[in-house]
Amino acid sequence: MPPVEPDAGAAGPAEKPRHRPSRAPRTPMPERGAAERAQDFDEVALGYTEEMARAEAARCLQCRNATCIEGCPVNIDIKSFIGHIIDGEYHEAVAVLKERNALPAMCGRVCPQEEQCEIACVLAKKGDPVAIGRLERWLGDFDLACELEKRCVPEIAGPTGFRCAVVGSGPAGLACAGELARLGHAVTIFESLHAPGGVLTYGIPEFRLPKAIVEAEIFMLTEMGVEIVTDAVIGATYTLEELMTEEGYDAVFIGSGAGLPVFLGVPGENLNGVYSANEFLTRVNLMGAYEFPKSDTPVARGRKVAVIGGGNVAMDSARTALRLGAEEVFLVYRRTEDEMPARREEVHHAREEGVEFKMLCSPSEILGRDGFVTGLVATRMELGEPDDSGRRAPVCVMDSEFEIDCDIVIVAVGTRANPLLAQAAPDLERSSRGYVLTGDEGATNIPGVFAGGDIVTGAATVILAMGAGKTSARAMDRWLSERSSAV
Amino acid sequence: MFEIVHKRQLSEAVFEMGVRAPRVARKARAGQFFIMRTTGHGERVPFTFSDWSAEGGWIRFIFMRVGKTTHELSHFEVGDSVADVVGPLGIPTHVEDVGRIAVLGGGVGAAVAYPVARAMADAGNEVTVVLGARNEDLLILREEFEALPLKELLVVTDDGSAGEKGLVTAPLKRLAEAGEIDHAMAIGPAIMMKFCAATAREHDVPCTVSLNPIMVDGTGMCGACRVSVGGETKFGCVDGPDFDGWEVDFEELMSRQRVYVDDERAADADYSRGCSCHQ
Ligand SMILES: Cc1cc2nc3c(=O)[nH]c(=O)nc-3n(C[C@H](O)[C@H](O)[C@H](O)COP(=O)(O)OP(=O)(O)OC[C@H]3O[C@@H](n4cnc5c(N)ncnc54)[C@H](O)[C@@H]3O)c2cc1C
Ligand SMILES: Cc1cc2nc3c(=O)[nH]c(=O)nc-3n(C[C@H](O)[C@H](O)[C@H](O)COP(=O)(O)OP(=O)(O)OC[C@H]3O[C@@H](n4cnc5c(N)ncnc54)[C@H](O)[C@@H]3O)c2cc1C
Ligand code: SF4
Ligand code: FES
Repeated sequence: MPPVEPDAGAAGPAEKPRHRPSRAPRTPMPERGAAERAQDFDEVALGYTEEMARAEAARCLQCRNATCIEGCPVNIDIKSFIGHIIDGEYHEAVAVLKERNALPAMCGRVCPQEEQCEIACVLAKKGDPVAIGRLERWLGDFDLACELEKRCVPEIAGPTGFRCAVVGSGPAGLACAGELARLGHAVTIFESLHAPGGVLTYGIPEFRLPKAIVEAEIFMLTEMGVEIVTDAVIGATYTLEELMTEEGYDAVFIGSGAGLPVFLGVPGENLNGVYSANEFLTRVNLMGAYEFPKSDTPVARGRKVAVIGGGNVAMDSARTALRLGAEEVFLVYRRTEDEMPARREEVHHAREEGVEFKMLCSPSEILGRDGFVTGLVATRMELGEPDDSGRRAPVCVMDSEFEIDCDIVIVAVGTRANPLLAQAAPDLERSSRGYVLTGDEGATNIPGVFAGGDIVTGAATVILAMGAGKTSARAMDRWLSERSSAV
Repeated sequence: MFEIVHKRQLSEAVFEMGVRAPRVARKARAGQFFIMRTTGHGERVPFTFSDWSAEGGWIRFIFMRVGKTTHELSHFEVGDSVADVVGPLGIPTHVEDVGRIAVLGGGVGAAVAYPVARAMADAGNEVTVVLGARNEDLLILREEFEALPLKELLVVTDDGSAGEKGLVTAPLKRLAEAGEIDHAMAIGPAIMMKFCAATAREHDVPCTVSLNPIMVDGTGMCGACRVSVGGETKFGCVDGPDFDGWEVDFEELMSRQRVYVDDERAADADYSRGCSCHQ
């Protein structure tokens, strides 16, 4: 949390002096040292202080044509919120942020700003862009640190009398619920797990996104009147149809994510010690296995851990394994570091903490003894022609197999749509890969049923899921009012 | 929170419990399970419904004290509440009139066999139940089974203290050899299901088994519950728990069930130190 007086900036100067941008270099993010932080689950990046935030904001040119805004998937008025920071008007800055993004403390931490708003910042052309993400995080934390009455809660429209159900409490569901509540609808979120938050809670580790932040942002939604029902699996506890009929909801939003883990399909994959990243991270984050036996859920702690994959999920798994006490953690990826989809910052942090990168190799078999993993056979790869994704496709090098000694293997090669909900709703149109098909604003083929986030796009990002949730909420609102005026 | 509305000790280590969970009770079917957390720091553990009442809003299950969670749960009393109950999960047992069925329940598996036998009888099948236990004290639900419209109830114990001495596979073999059954359903410890499936297969009798791999979410999100069936990886929680016993790799299942034994023992020993039932 930033050590800021909650009402600092409340009394801004009456007349604003003209902004003269500072030429100082980009303000670095204070971080805990790699050796220290790799020992525990506390947050790695400490966040700006007020001075740092002011210094960084001062670098902004307040461009007439603020290109950063277009870079943001939900078009936050970045220029304006930074302008308010420059003027010391923090509450106003938060209000601007929250017009578009209800969960800034989380997005400030996990959004890939380097490929969104920051790459679009005018300053990025010649040097380092304004650290927009860090400023967003600082503002989000500033808001959470305020007393409840001073926090920025959006104004809520008078009750419409409509009831909406939201399936899943990940970023898509949370953003949708928040927007529906703001528009005056009664909202209930149904979540299959025992705790809300989706990937924010069970996937992204504490050291990157403290659960207290997630809880605090979710608490704000309940303050806005959103009801959250946990332990409710749609497709099992209730079907989609029952929500619309017996349970009496006028519209439903599906934000159930892409939670089905993909495995490699190589021999030995069901040996003890082979985890999907979902299982490994869920045991640690959601079930608190790092505190076993204080918490009841165990997780195998390996001496040597091999993580397969190159995305954020792989980085999170590798860094979690280190924190559980592994002596060596290898990241096995079939392309090179340049092609890795993980955020640069995460790659950098993982390497600093001691994760060893084994690039251009792909596992072909997992070895075991007495049912437990003892190693991994990998094949060397080289990069060939670009594939559909535009990245150069890895091809096997003949007779290049070699062994990696390890006792845990974590598979982080992607996820797909979980079919549970849709199987109980056969009418819901889905793609051949199981994702829900929608129009631009999230409408599915079933009237009154909308969908957004990873269940529509496949695994993507927190901000895209939130954006989709919010867009759908507006479309649901229009659908509800049109339908009621039609009768 | 979910209130405990019924508790009965069936044997030294086996308990029957009822929990108020109306929205789960409304949907429960034979062969399905739910996941429970006792407290806020509890593990997510699966139990199969042994009975339920949609009108009464309760579900029942029978559990054996085997480790920390079940040990802790055995100390919960009527009026106490558990933190979470989620379900119903898994695909219900496929119930249809296939003719003559043998339902085999081993140990606490009898609890799961009970609603299955009931549903099969209701569907018009001629049902023979074989109950197996290590000894008479561990035999559960005998009266309940006796009250069902069964063709026959056979009891076997390892030590002969009740019914016939031996394993459930002996009566199964007799029934199969005599051509008296068209289908077998085996529910119990993995090793028992393995031998039942093998015995049934020798006589060309299809055999459904109800698998109990370690689970976390129970909704297909983690893959902890992977089992190999016919050479393919399946998720026990969403593709099962019932599978074709002929095709299941039981060695793998048993190995995977043992993955945390050392941790589990340590956790239960730790818990038992502060526990009144273990002076
Ligand atoms: C380890 C990890 C790290 C990541 N790191 C980043 C990052 O740094 N930056 C970034 O932008 N993105 C990151 N992502 C991706 C991002 O988290 C996802 O794109 C985003 O969470 C998708 O949001 P969602 O709301 O669509 O789904 P989810 O977050 O998956 O939430 C879906 C929710 O629905 C619930 N649910 C599912 N089925 C049902 C049902 N039938 N009934 C009731 N509830 C149901 C689930 O339990 C879950 O809570 C990461 C993902 C992972 C796994
Ligand atoms: C679909 C299904 C239905 C089940 N139905 C019943 C039932 O009706 N009655 C009953 O007594 N038991 C049932 N079980 C087994 C029950 O879940 C375990 O006995 C219980 O989880 C043990 O927890 P523990 O902490 O007391 O023991 P632990 O000491 O943690 O474990 C003892 C053994 O139980 C198994 N186990 C541990 N954790 C889990 C877990 N999260 N999921 C599954 N198995 C685990 C392992 O094989 C382990 O070695 C079922 C399991 C499954 C998968
Ligand atoms: S593009 Fe960069 S410099 Fe211009 S307003 Fe946006 S953040 Fe400021
Ligand atoms: S228990 Fe997690 S997928 Fe089956």
